[in-house]
Amino acid sequence: MKKIRNFCIIAHIDHGKSTLADRLLEFTETVSGKDLQAQVLDSMDLERERGITIKSHAIQMNYKYEGEEYILNLIDTPGHVDFSYEVSRSIAACEGALLIVDATQGIQAQTISNLYMAIEHDLEIIPIMNKMDVDSAMPEEVEDQIVELLGCKPEEIIRASGKTGMGINEILEAIVKRVPAPVGDPNAPLQALIFDSVFNSFRGIIAYFKIVNGTINKGDLVKFVATEKEYNADELGVLQLDMVPQETLSAGNVGYIISGIKTSKEVKVGDTITHVKRPCDKAISGFEEVKPMVFAGVYPIDAEDFEDLRTSLEKLQLNDASLTFEPESSVALGFGFRCGFLGMLHMEIIQERLDREFDMNVITTVPNVSYIVHTKKGEVMEVHNPAGLPDIMAIDVIEEPYIRASIITATDYIGQIMTLCLGKRGELVKQDYVSGNRVELIYDMPLGEIVFDFYDRLKSISKGYASFDYHMNGFRPSKLVKLDILLNGESVDALSSLIHFDNAVSLGRRMCEKLKELIPRQQFDIAIQAAIGSKIIARETIKALRKDVTAKCYGGDVSRKRKLLEKQKKGKKRMKQIGSVEVPQKAFLAVLKLD
Amino acid sequence: MAGIYIHIPFCKSKCSYCDFYSKTDFSQRKELIDCLIKEIHLQKNYIDENVETIYFGGGTPSVLSSDELERILSALEANFLIEEDAEITLEANPDDLTAEYLNALKLIKINRLSIGVQSFDNKQLKAINRRHSSEAALTAVEVSKNNGFNNISIDLIFGLPEQDLASWKEQVNKAMYLDIQHLSAYGLMYEEGTPLWRKMKKGEVVPVDDETSIAMYHYLVKTCVENGFEHYEISNFAKPDFRSRHNSAYWQEKTYLGIGPSAHSYNGISRQWNILSISQYCRKINQGETFYEKEILSLQDKYNDFVMVSLRTMDGINFEILQKRFGEKMYNHCLKSAEAFINNGKLAIDKNFLRLTIDGVMTSDQIIVELMYVS
Ligand SMILES: Nc1nc2c(ncn2[C@@H]2O[C@H](COP(=O)(O)OP(=O)(O)OP(=O)(O)O)[C@@H](O)[C@H]2O)c(=O)[nH]1
Ligand code: SF4
Ligand SMILES: [Mg+2]
Repeated sequence: MKKIRNFCIIAHIDHGKSTLADRLLEFTETVSGKDLQAQVLDSMDLERERGITIKSHAIQMNYKYEGEEYILNLIDTPGHVDFSYEVSRSIAACEGALLIVDATQGIQAQTISNLYMAIEHDLEIIPIMNKMDVDSAMPEEVEDQIVELLGCKPEEIIRASGKTGMGINEILEAIVKRVPAPVGDPNAPLQALIFDSVFNSFRGIIAYFKIVNGTINKGDLVKFVATEKEYNADELGVLQLDMVPQETLSAGNVGYIISGIKTSKEVKVGDTITHVKRPCDKAISGFEEVKPMVFAGVYPIDAEDFEDLRTSLEKLQLNDASLTFEPESSVALGFGFRCGFLGMLHMEIIQERLDREFDMNVITTVPNVSYIVHTKKGEVMEVHNPAGLPDIMAIDVIEEPYIRASIITATDYIGQIMTLCLGKRGELVKQDYVSGNRVELIYDMPLGEIVFDFYDRLKSISKGYASFDYHMNGFRPSKLVKLDILLNGESVDALSSLIHFDNAVSLGRRMCEKLKELIPRQQFDIAIQAAIGSKIIARETIKALRKDVTAKCYGGDVSRKRKLLEKQKKGKKRMKQIGSVEVPQKAFLAVLKLD
Repeated sequence: MAGIYIHIPFCKSKCSYCDFYSKTDFSQRKELIDCLIKEIHLQKNYIDENVETIYFGGGTPSVLSSDELERILSALEANFLIEEDAEITLEANPDDLTAEYLNALKLIKINRLSIGVQSFDNKQLKAINRRHSSEAALTAVEVSKNNGFNNISIDLIFGLPEQDLASWKEQVNKAMYLDIQHLSAYGLMYEEGTPLWRKMKKGEVVPVDDETSIAMYHYLVKTCVENGFEHYEISNFAKPDFRSRHNSAYWQEKTYLGIGPSAHSYNGISRQWNILSISQYCRKINQGETFYEKEILSLQDKYNDFVMVSLRTMDGINFEILQKRFGEKMYNHCLKSAEAFINNGKLAIDKNFLRLTIDGVMTSDQIIVELMYVS
């Protein structure tokens, strides 16, 4: 056990975690030349294409240091705030963390929030200044920031580059020397923490665990404490680039177990595995359940695909327990599901996976947060959908979720960022200098306001020099109204949103304008109206299409025109017929893209 | 019955709206004609019926000398069975139609002229960079008639820069005085990448609005019909018995063979189109490589083509043929998709035909899209 080191790599998004992991794998010869592609741990297509990590990835490396063989278990984590729960789980399986800071950017919001999580779990922190090869690196300045944040000595910070390999040997050495070996008693009753699970279509659910105490052997009869279910440990092993089966694993180790589990619901991440015959006294304290932050309706374009959509969502859930869904129906869109997501990126990813992995053509409606509604009769209900709101007259108060947000930026942008936050009903809690000319602003803000184009605008006004992190911070009563959109006089429930009274008129106007842009001209005029209750607050008209005749089929070129028109036809098939109006998919998310 | 199209990809100057493949550099002229003749030999088995129409299009085929045209025609005669009364059309620029040239054309049996007039207003012609003048166009028609051509078509474009509704009416009326047999009239398209399109992007020309353009079309149809023309295709008008037999073959899905760069062919089973560039076309022909791309038509493709080309004609979709070729299911799909348009007056059923009304013509793309079928 003295030769095991468990550590994770944490950082703000894009600071180079996965690239640095590549170098560690390369230097320890875990991955050989031909398998070594960039961000090799980002194994999902979507991760590779977007260049971001969505799921944590664990991998074992062997490393020889001063004549001794060490086992290094590495977990690469995502940086995006939507997936911060992945970081917290990974941390629970480790004794140390590499805190990566991009030397060109310095400390950012998720640097701080991830660091705090690691400190809370008493992890040994190894600070690393990455991307030292880039011309715009500011090592002195960033060093000051790290020293100030961690209270460490400048010499403890390793200067590295995931690109050139600079500092990698030093990092490996530091992992051995500075990260403590796991403690635990291999002879005590088995106690293993499940920190992740994945679905494999051939093998079922594969659970990843870290053994805190005891030893597990292949074939053992084990029990999952929280679910109280018993299984045979059909296969055990360690996670290298592929899964490598083992006969036995004991305290301090990180591994996987396959035990014939079919659905992800049976495995609760955070649960404890123990032996049936010799159970442990108590479970390891697990994780808070991840709760979805935003909700949106997901509807098949073709009503016939409803059951297929259910199957697809179930399959996605096997791999992603944070996705929730329940059936709902909409007058405009028919039968679909109200899905819960961790954030906007998560929502986008699910929609994309539905499209590419399941060929499901869906419409996603305007997302919203969950509200607590108090009726005059004294009932309290949670509402996930504007359409599910009780009659206005019956409502006493609506409470909406608040977050506490941390925004780190250069002083130059403070003015504009404060204006943005004010417009989003933010209340400044405090303002701290991080170092030099960098400031951390702490705001209390309604979560619902973040959903609507906050992040993009923050990025554009700060030219990318602002980072943002948040956590939930209770509910507060708010003056909310339901904004309805009408197409040719018919209210389209899927386009309704709950928003603050003060923003309603301007939002209504902008939504009408945006919809005018997004809905193609049709055979008749289309009136777009925004309304609160029966009061129309904005209106636009899409004039009827009068002319769309292309010129002659030149010289018998029939194919080209057929293909052109077929393409239009396919585009139309992706539209939803609402009353007599054909509305394209993207119009349902119009409100997110207002400028 | 089949048709042959010959593409001559040369023009003396480039019109500013044009996105057809044609070059103003004539240096490959000889090489190209040699290759056209080679292709004619190569394709001799494409058609096993009598050839009823031959069409020289472009580009500007009238830049060729009558000798060059004759070489091509003799090659055709040597390889295909050309009917005695075949319709042989030459697209021509007014400037090229001298009495001498016309006489020579007669001798090689060219019996139909399609003259690119476009407008009778010099300002409008200049705005689109046509090389000829209005006077030249009028003279060309007169000289052609005097030299014994009695099957003359002219092309006009409506919605040109500098052209308002009143001016368009003048153009149509002038055409009516010419005593010609056929008229083609197209709405100006701003094709991406053309000089005219760039001017529009810069705001230097403003396209006519939809309302004006619709009014122009309505006037055209009304005036032609009043003057004894038959409106037989969206953009085409003919005196009785003077429909373009060649173009009708496209709409009736007869076999046609296209010779030359970018030319298209169809034989009921597949469509194919030759490579665009003159140099590559010649190289491939000379080296015996494949010089075309080919698409085998699925039943769905065939149905969509049928809908599309049938609706170009004012007769419309022949239900009897539709049922016979594509079955009850497609017939029902077609009827059902047409319903809304029949109700709003854009489509009409006459006897056993489904046709566009004049109103429907204006949004025909959208209607065709509805009637199409994609699985
Ligand atoms: N020049 C240079 N570029 C780097 C270095 N490390 C990472 N990058 C680049 O920075 C970008 C982000 O790298 P990743 O390794 O995907 O970052 P990450 O922290 O894993 O990102 P998330 O997982 O999405 O949070 C990529 O374009 C890398 O090529 C480095 O040391 N030098
Ligand atoms: S004459 Fe015809 S092919 Fe030649 S440039 Fe003008 S429009 Fe184009
Ligand atoms: Mg990553």
